[in-house]
Amino acid sequence: MYWESVGDFLAMGGYGLYVWTSYIVTALCMVWEILALWRRRAAVVAEQRSML
Amino acid sequence: MGINWLKYSAPQAFYPLAGKLIPWFSVVAALAVAAGLYIGLLVAPTDFQQGESYRIIFVHVPAAWMSMFLYVVMALWAAFGMGLNARLSFMMAQAIAPTGAMFTFLALLTGAMWGKPTWGAWWVWDARLTSELILLFQYAGVMLLRTSIDDLRRADRASGVFALVGVVNIPIIYFSVKWWNTLHQGASVSMTAAPKMAATMLTAMLLMTFGFWMYSVAVILARSRCVILEREQLLSWNKPASMPDAVEVR
Repeated sequence: MYWESVGDFLAMGGYGLYVWTSYIVTALCMVWEILALWRRRAAVVAEQRSML
Repeated sequence: MGINWLKYSAPQAFYPLAGKLIPWFSVVAALAVAAGLYIGLLVAPTDFQQGESYRIIFVHVPAAWMSMFLYVVMALWAAFGMGLNARLSFMMAQAIAPTGAMFTFLALLTGAMWGKPTWGAWWVWDARLTSELILLFQYAGVMLLRTSIDDLRRADRASGVFALVGVVNIPIIYFSVKWWNTLHQGASVSMTAAPKMAATMLTAMLLMTFGFWMYSVAVILARSRCVILEREQLLSWNKPASMPDAVEVR
């Protein structure tokens, strides 16, 4: 393990804002994409069901 | 061998296959990203020049690679679609565009996050950054062309031609750091030279790239299933056996 403490890890040598913004926005985009696909699928399945 | 792959060029055969593959790609993606994050954030040592800010590389480079790779794959599907007149090919191209655009946005955003502490600027109008921004506009153009034309076949072709012409920007992005003087650092990894980074850093970056790749496959397969359901008339599939599966929520 490279870090001395949790605070050390979060601070990222003073670059915490830049590093964590990068990681968190990336994660949020991926989660958002998955949720959006979930909703899109639910909508189209409901529509197809109603036509059967 | 023994499997007739051609049969999967039909949406009604591809649909259940994609459904079976999604969980596998998702699990592999999660494992690769977890391992990549562990090595990249907890094991890899600091960079002697850039300090801890370099750790942005583990999301920036995979996102940037995927943004270019997915564009080429999207254009290839569009080319197949136009050459073979195969509707599934156009559906794949349609399914890839949003994920490619997302990774382009992330490459630009994480690049800004990395540029500010290392160059002192969020953004500079240099060749690498500008050509990547153009790639974002290209993805937007491909998607807008599709939605702005009502006739599906014409929409497919118009956005396909647009995507194909835009492939010329991919080598420009890739080689921009060689062809022009730029603030952006050169390639960390290349086919011809030994990597310019420590083994743990390289391992983390490759694991994250592999994870993003598998993630892309999973979400693109999921989106292609939505696109198939949206574009195909299920009733015309005329295969009662496949109907319950197609409409079953999972």
